[in-house]
This record gives sequence, structure tokens and C-alpha cells, in this order.
Amino acid sequence: MTDELITLKIDGKEVQVAEGTTLLKACKQAGVDVPSLCYLDGINEEASCSVCMVEVKNARTLVRSCVTKATNGAEVSTNTERVRRARRINVELLLANHPQDCFVCDRNETCELRRLAHNLGVRQVRFPKTSGPRWELDTSSPSLVRDPNKCVLCRRCISVCNRVQTVNAIDATQRGRRTVVSTFMDMGLGSVSCVNCGQCLLVCPTGAIVETNATAGVWQALSDPEKTVLVEVAPAVRASIGEEFGLPPGTRVTGKMVAALRKLGFNKVFDTQFTADLTIMEEGHELIERLTHKGVLPMITSCSPGWIKFAEHFYPRLMKNISSCKSPQQMFGAVAKTYYAQKLGLDPRRVTVVSIMPCTAKKYEAKRPEMVAAFHFWKDKLHLKESDVFPDVDYVLTTREAARMMKEAGIKFVDLPEETFDSPLGMSTGAAVIFGATGGVMEAALRTAYEVVTKKKLERLDFGDLRGLKGIKTTEVDLNGTKIKVAVANSLGAARKLLDEIEEGKSPYTFIEIMTCPGGCLGGGGQPIPTDTEVREKRKMAIYEEDRNMPIRKSHENPHVQQLYKEFFGEPLSDKAHHLLHTAYAARPLYRR
Amino acid sequence: MNRDELKKMRDEASAREKKTWIRVGMATCGVAAGAQETFFALREELKKQKLAVELKKCGCVGRCSAEPLVEVAVEGMPTVFYRHLTKDKVPQLVESHFLKKTVLRDQAVPLEDPKQLRIVLRNCGVVDPDSIRDYIARDGYAALAKVLAEMTPEQVIEEVKKSGLRGRGGAGFPTGLKWDLTRKVPSDQKYVICNGDEGDPGAYMDRGVLEGDPHSVIEGMMIAGYAIGADKGFFYIRAEYPLAVERIEKAIKQCHANKLLGQNIMGSAFSFDLEVRLGAGAFVCGEETALIASIEGRRGYPHPRPPYPSVKGLWDKPTCINNVETLANLPPILAKGAAWFSGIGMDKSKGTKVFAVTGKVKNSGLVEVPMGTTLRDIVYAICGGAAGGKKVKAVQTGGPSGGVIPEQYFDTPVGYENLQSLGSIMGSGGMIVMDEDDSMVDITKFYLGFCVDESCGKCAPCRVGGTQMLRILNRISAGDGEPADLEKLRDISLAMQKASLCGLGQTAPNPVLSTLRYFEPEYRALIKTPASSGK
Repeated sequence: MTDELITLKIDGKEVQVAEGTTLLKACKQAGVDVPSLCYLDGINEEASCSVCMVEVKNARTLVRSCVTKATNGAEVSTNTERVRRARRINVELLLANHPQDCFVCDRNETCELRRLAHNLGVRQVRFPKTSGPRWELDTSSPSLVRDPNKCVLCRRCISVCNRVQTVNAIDATQRGRRTVVSTFMDMGLGSVSCVNCGQCLLVCPTGAIVETNATAGVWQALSDPEKTVLVEVAPAVRASIGEEFGLPPGTRVTGKMVAALRKLGFNKVFDTQFTADLTIMEEGHELIERLTHKGVLPMITSCSPGWIKFAEHFYPRLMKNISSCKSPQQMFGAVAKTYYAQKLGLDPRRVTVVSIMPCTAKKYEAKRPEMVAAFHFWKDKLHLKESDVFPDVDYVLTTREAARMMKEAGIKFVDLPEETFDSPLGMSTGAAVIFGATGGVMEAALRTAYEVVTKKKLERLDFGDLRGLKGIKTTEVDLNGTKIKVAVANSLGAARKLLDEIEEGKSPYTFIEIMTCPGGCLGGGGQPIPTDTEVREKRKMAIYEEDRNMPIRKSHENPHVQQLYKEFFGEPLSDKAHHLLHTAYAARPLYRR
Repeated sequence: MNRDELKKMRDEASAREKKTWIRVGMATCGVAAGAQETFFALREELKKQKLAVELKKCGCVGRCSAEPLVEVAVEGMPTVFYRHLTKDKVPQLVESHFLKKTVLRDQAVPLEDPKQLRIVLRNCGVVDPDSIRDYIARDGYAALAKVLAEMTPEQVIEEVKKSGLRGRGGAGFPTGLKWDLTRKVPSDQKYVICNGDEGDPGAYMDRGVLEGDPHSVIEGMMIAGYAIGADKGFFYIRAEYPLAVERIEKAIKQCHANKLLGQNIMGSAFSFDLEVRLGAGAFVCGEETALIASIEGRRGYPHPRPPYPSVKGLWDKPTCINNVETLANLPPILAKGAAWFSGIGMDKSKGTKVFAVTGKVKNSGLVEVPMGTTLRDIVYAICGGAAGGKKVKAVQTGGPSGGVIPEQYFDTPVGYENLQSLGSIMGSGGMIVMDEDDSMVDITKFYLGFCVDESCGKCAPCRVGGTQMLRILNRISAGDGEPADLEKLRDISLAMQKASLCGLGQTAPNPVLSTLRYFEPEYRALIKTPASSGK
């Protein structure tokens, strides 16, 4: 795009736009919203849906405004009979192959196809279904369910998987009416390199990709009087769940959310942020350990389970670079079923841990077979057999699922009075809140590492260079005369650049944070729909505002974390900490052989 | 090889030409009819009779319905074509024609046709396609030599512009203009691609040229490469044309051996090389953006234009894609000049066009006529009208993207614009003749079914619309049509024509619309009206 301006007419009105502007954007500039379906700015410009058609004088056909550049002197009409008719017929054709089961669809309220059909005046579907056979649901993944029958082949999921995340787990196969989005050899998402990030789900205009539903298990646990049901909530959820109840993006609803969860019947409402602070204690000390004992550097954060699976598939040589710390979700499960259960005299087998996450990969993480630290802790003490194995985290709900349960329970979320988290696993600091935004883990770790290493008070807590939605951010920190370079990547495509540098031996960094999703957890695959750049920006602002308002903003100053070390773990990186809070990684093939 | 050496080779080769010879048409049409067996039988028989006759294979002369077709020349006798010359008839032929010097009247067929003009097919059925000497003997590579020695690339482009040559692949875009656009884009690398992914049902003009005269296409590509500033070219040929691929590969090898490909061709600053890529069976790969994706090793999906390949093509470099027949026209144009070429044909359509005439016609095969020849001349005068005394009802031109033209319009001179105004297109040259027994709904179903099968599945109007239309047509022809169906067909056609991403989808409804235009009563007769259904 250049600075050159060009002039064109849109619906009779003269508009000036920069050279290289698409007609869709030019129309927007002229105040005309051209409907579109497959288009995703900068990500999916495949021009496949044929909805954003406009008429350009002297053009042979109608043109796709999403990919057609504005030209000087062009005369564009967005609302002619021909345009309306073509758009309407195209959507009608798509609807012919789309199941008419909107009542029971997860995406009923957020379906772009339904809205589009309504807005374009499609009032009848005159055609029968003609696409392929009736496809089986892909239920092979612990996180996601794909229903190709609901797919309109817009290819947004493919583009986000291939271009943004560079995972390439899905693509279109077959041709013509048999065309279907599938995985390598139709093996299913659970058997290929899918990292469960759920970005495909976020961009799907229909219900063709949804999360696996964990609400039934949670309802059952809640109604079981034998069970003590604990809930932990991830940082990014409090900056987004309000959207599910009609509040504008970026509304902070921590107190209402706690109240709503208590109303749902959880015995204790705890905070994943508690174990985020704990993660910082462990990870910060691990970094110091690696720095002082010539350990493998750069060290890379490990909180994002999509990134971990990505590394296991695509960067098996970098396993030793990844921090051995479990994610806050898994640390919470391990602490709740050991320290907390012990403290209250609860049988760990009767403790149910439910986590609410902005994430679909967390569902997969909780099911990783090694995530049973509490079982091993209790095995000898309670004379348990291998078959008695229980997970550290029992159920993982996305932000959306949690909101759905609240709606089902008739909770008037918006009107609830604010409540606070339970003690002791509900206490957290500002450093833990910012885990929800890209750069936050790094910033939190630096707040602690700086003070632990230098024994000096950190004057400015905000690391501005590390904030924001840019793919890669870097800064330099002076730790007692040792200058270290750190980098932050959000989205796996961006991460690849930093990882390739390490593989080539050219990485200048000591510490790297990688978050799977664009924007970090606030843009996670479990978040309310829509999650776009604008919405991410607003959630980000809410998260940093939450941090500013916290009385304590450094993890090592969390009194209950300090108490946890005193009463249970001893000190960071202790033996007990290693058994319960740390893990290991292993290379994975690109598909299950 | 320089220009003098080329001339020397030409003179030597023509001096060696014999006065007594046999040519056996061994393109795919001939081979399928048994020409290979005929060839071997002739060799044996000539040996047996101790006759010193030069026996040669050649490409298709055009009369495919008469294969195996053998042309025989004996000094002092007129040359004769023998049709249906299967191996069992060989001894009889040798005895009669060579020993008794008597023409076998029953088998002989006159093929001189004043209504045809062979520019593209000038060497087909004449030269041995596996012999570069044969090609050179007929002034092969002389046009290239002239271009390299006497003309700047700009002059070449100007000459092609003046000739009025338009793309023979179907769309009819002016070739010189396409070259000019590609030449003007600054780039360190440019490409020429020969589109040999001929896929229209019933169309095999390009196959005929590739199999019968591969060097003429190579020469055309080299001229194109010189004009646009490309040093690399790709043949994209469908894998279903193994013989064409074999002959092109052999011809490329011969060019290398004679230094006609490689560095500093004929001592000039021009370097050029060629590679062959095979299509894997998808019709849509004939669409230029999908073709490029296929050569790059990606799935053959079309993508929106602009940017056009002339700006951003193969591996994002400026690329000129020309059809086989277009390229075969170039050596004669450059050798004889633009004025000669533009003197042939009609107003906006210059030169000749090759048609593959098939269907219910007496003489099917490849026909090359000057633009402006009427359909009536092609169907009746050249191809002999309908077989079995039936009445011709219509011709279908332009393949799945084209339409039908009823008999009452047969006096229309053939040209790009004329055919379009009749609701069909010139297309690549497929021409299927239908007689009074043929159902227009059936022919429409056939073509639409083809497009539905070949839709890549990327854009919604083509993927879904085509299938829906086909389903409606199936219902109509099964007698279950409804009056509202015709409106539905027209609705979907609009969406497909105006909103499909590439030519395949945009033109797929054409057979439906054109049969509706001329033969709507045939549809209506099949559709039950509420009154006539008896319910």
C-alpha cells in the first residue's frame, strides 16, 4: 500500500482511499457495510463464499469486494437488484447444504450464517441438500469436535491453522460437492499435529467446530453430596465472560463472576491466579538456577498447553529449553488435591477440581496421562492401586461453557453483587492477572526475578515493551549488572521465528515467553465469540487495569503463596515441588502411526 | 547451431527427401484404430517384396474417422490417401499400388479440401514428429532464427499485435497484448507456460498438434520467451496425453542435442530452456491460476485475478500462458509477416481456427478453416453432414463453457464475437454435431455433469449451484420437473455466472442457458403442468 490516493464512486458518492485498498474497505470508508462471510482481514482472503459481491461498472461479472482493489475512477454499486439477488441465491445455496438444526446448535446465538441469511432476506430454501455424504463427526480430539455437515467451506479455519498458527492440521480435501475440510488421511484432530488451540473454532462462522462439552460432568459433580467441588478460574476469563451476558468487551466482572460461580454451587471458588503466582516462584527460580549454573538457555515458558504440544511435534530438539514448570491450571489441581485436601482432612478422591479457562487446549492438558501428581502423592499413604488413578484436574470448562451453565441455572449475572474469592487458594497478585495477556508471564517473572536477584525493590513495575498485540516483542533487563534479553511471542506462527533462531544457534535471548493464541489467553480458543483484534485490545486493557488495581502486584509477595511454601513445599524447586509442580516433555510424531 | 548451419541442415534434409514413400498416421486416433499394426505389417511386406520404399510415421492429418489412414506416394503417380487401412489390407495395398501401380479405388479417399487452410496443422500428417530434421526441412526454426537475428523483442510483440492473433484457448485475448503486458513488468525472472491441459469433452486440437508437430509449439514458445524476456518455459500437459508428452519430451531432447535450447541460442544473447509438467486429471487446472498452482506443486485451486499472471504468476513472477494452438501459429506469423496472417479471416478474428468436429457427423476429425467460414461449410461441406441421412439439429461449441447453436444459424461466419452473440463461444475448438434424435436436455445434463464433477469445490456458487442445477435437470428429464424449475435454473445461473471465482463456474451454466434460449419447448414438454398431471 502506498500513500497515493485514488478516487472512486461508491453508490454515487465520491470516496478517496489509499492505493491498494480493497473495495470492501473502501465501501466501509464510505459508510457502506458490504456483507461478507469467508473474509477475515489479513488471514482469510480466499474469496470463496461469494457473498461480498458488488457491481463495478463495465466489469464482466460481479466482483468480490474483499479481494478486489479499488481503482481510480471506478464506479461501484453495492445495492443493485443483481447484487442483492446474487448474494441471496448464494446464501440460499449454502443453506441448502446446512443442517437446519439451529435450535440445538452451540452457535445458535453467534452464528454468522444465520445472521447473514436473515439480513440478506433469505426467507425460503428452495433447494435440497446436495453436498457429499453425511459426514461423521470428528470426536477424536479431547478439546474440539468437528461437524463437517455444518461447514460452509469458508476456509477460515484452514487459514488460521496454516497461516497464523503454522500448524497445518487441517485442509480441504476432495473436490466439487464432495469437498470437505479434514485432517491428514482423515485421521481426526486427535491423531494429528493439531495443538487444540481452538483458533479455528473462534473464526468458524457456524457450529462446524465447537469445544468438547464438559458441562454434564460438572453438573453431576455439583449435585453429588459426597464431592467437594472446587473451581479455579483463569485470569483472562474475568476480562471476557461479561460479553456472554451482553456486557461490552473489556468489562471487568471478577466480583460478579465469583458470585455467579458460588451460586452455581461450587463449594469453594478459587483462583488460578494463586497458582500463577506459584508458577512465577518456581519458574523465576528455575531461570535464576539456569542462569547461575549454566543451564540450557534461552528458557521458554510452559503455561500454554497448545505451545507445549506444538513444541513436541515441531521442535523436539528444544525440549530442554522449555521450563519444567507445570501450567497454573495443573499446579492448582496438584496443590488442591494434596496441600489443600490434607489441610482440610479431605479424601482427595472426593475432591473434584473444575477449571474455567479461556482455552480449549486446557481440556487436553488436563487429560495428559502424566497430570496425576496428587494420585502419586497419596498412592502409598492411602494404599491406592494403579487402577485408582485420578486426575489432578477433573473438568475443564471454557469461558463459554461456564457462561452457558450460569444461563442454564437462571443466574442474572449482570445484576449480581460482587463477591470475593475463597481463601487460601483464591489469593493472588497483579502479576498473576497479567498472565491473561501476551507478555504478562514474562512481565510477572521479571518483577520477581529482578527483586530476588538484585535484592532491590523494582521501581517501575510496568514493562511497556512487552505489552500489546504485536507478534514478537523484546526488551532488555539489567539483573545486577548482567544484561539479559527477553522476547515474547504470541501466536505459533510468530513463535516459529524465535524457535528457528534457537535451532540455528542464533538466539540472543535468555528468556522467552510463548503464548499459543494471538493476544495470549485473552484471545484463547475458549473465549466468547466474537474474539477479534478489536475485542482482544479491549480485554487486554481490562487485564492491565485489573493489575493496576491489585493491592499486591508481585508474585513473591503473595502471603498465601509464602504460607504454602512455609507449610508444605519448603522452598521453590524443592523435591516436593519437583514432584507436584514440575513435569517433562517428549517428542511426538506428526500423526499417530 | 547458428542460422547458416540451420539452413544447411534444411537443404540437406530436403535434398534427401524421397519421391516414393508411405506415411502412416500415428497420432492417438491412428494408434487407437490399429495404425501401429499397419505400420509393422507394411514394414514386413515391403521387406518381403524387397521394395525400397521409405516408410514413415506422422501425426494426424485430420480425418480421424478414416483411421488407420495411410498416405502413399510413388514417383509418377499422384499421392493417395487410403482409409481404414488395417493390417490385413496391407499385402493387397503393396501388391496393387507398388507392384501393379494401380490405385485401390475402394480404399482411396480424397482429402484435398479447398475450404480448409492449414497453418496450425501445416505439418501434421506430413512430418515425422520424432524427427527434428523433418521439421527443419520444412523451414522449422527459421522463424526463430529470423527473430533472433533481425528483430528486437518489441518488434516481435508489435508484429504479433499487428497480426491480430488472439488466444486459441477459448477467451480470445489478443496474444501480442498479453506479451506486451508481461514484458513491461520489471522482474529478474519471467516464465512462459504452454497450456496443454486440453480438457473439453470431444476437443483434441492441441493433442493433434502436440502429437503431430511438437517442434512448432516449441518454436512458438521460444519466440514468446524472447518477446517477453523469459529464459524458462514449462509445458503443462495433461497426463491423459501420454503420446503428446512423449513426443514433446523427445523434441526437447533433440533441441538440446542441436543447441536449439540452452545458452545463447543461435549465437544470440537469448537463452531459453523448457521443462514438462503433467496435469493430474483436474479440468480446472486448465484455468491459468489453478494451472500455476499445480505447477508449483500446490493443489490446483484458482485464485482471484487481478493480479493477473502477467504481473504475478508462476512463483509470483510475471508469466505468460499461451495455448498450444496459439503457439503453433507463431512461427508462420513471424516467418511470413503480420500482413499475411491478418489477411486471413474476418474483422476481429484473424487467421484460422482448428475444430475437433465430432458427434453425429459423417467425417469426424480435426478441421482447420479460415475464421469467417460458416458453420454450414464446416458441418456439411467439410464434414459431410449428419450420418445416416438424419437432419442436423444443432452444434455445440466451446465445450462445457459453450452453448448450442441451432441449424437455422449455421450461415453465421465463425468468429469470436459472432459465436458469443449466439449464446455460445468459440472456446478451444470442440464442435459436437447433434441430429434430430438428440435431446437437448440430455446434452445439457452431460455438460453440466462434467462441470459438477470438475468443480474444485472452492467457491460456493460453482460448488453448490452446479450440483443443484444438475439435480433439477435430472428431475426434469425423469419427468418429475415442476414449472418453477426453469426459474430456479435461471436464478442459479445468475449466481454462478456473476459470482463464481473462475471461468469454470462462470461459464458452467452456459449450456443450460443456451439450450433454454433455443429449445425451451423441449424442457417444457418434459415438465408436467398441474393440469396435465391428472392430479
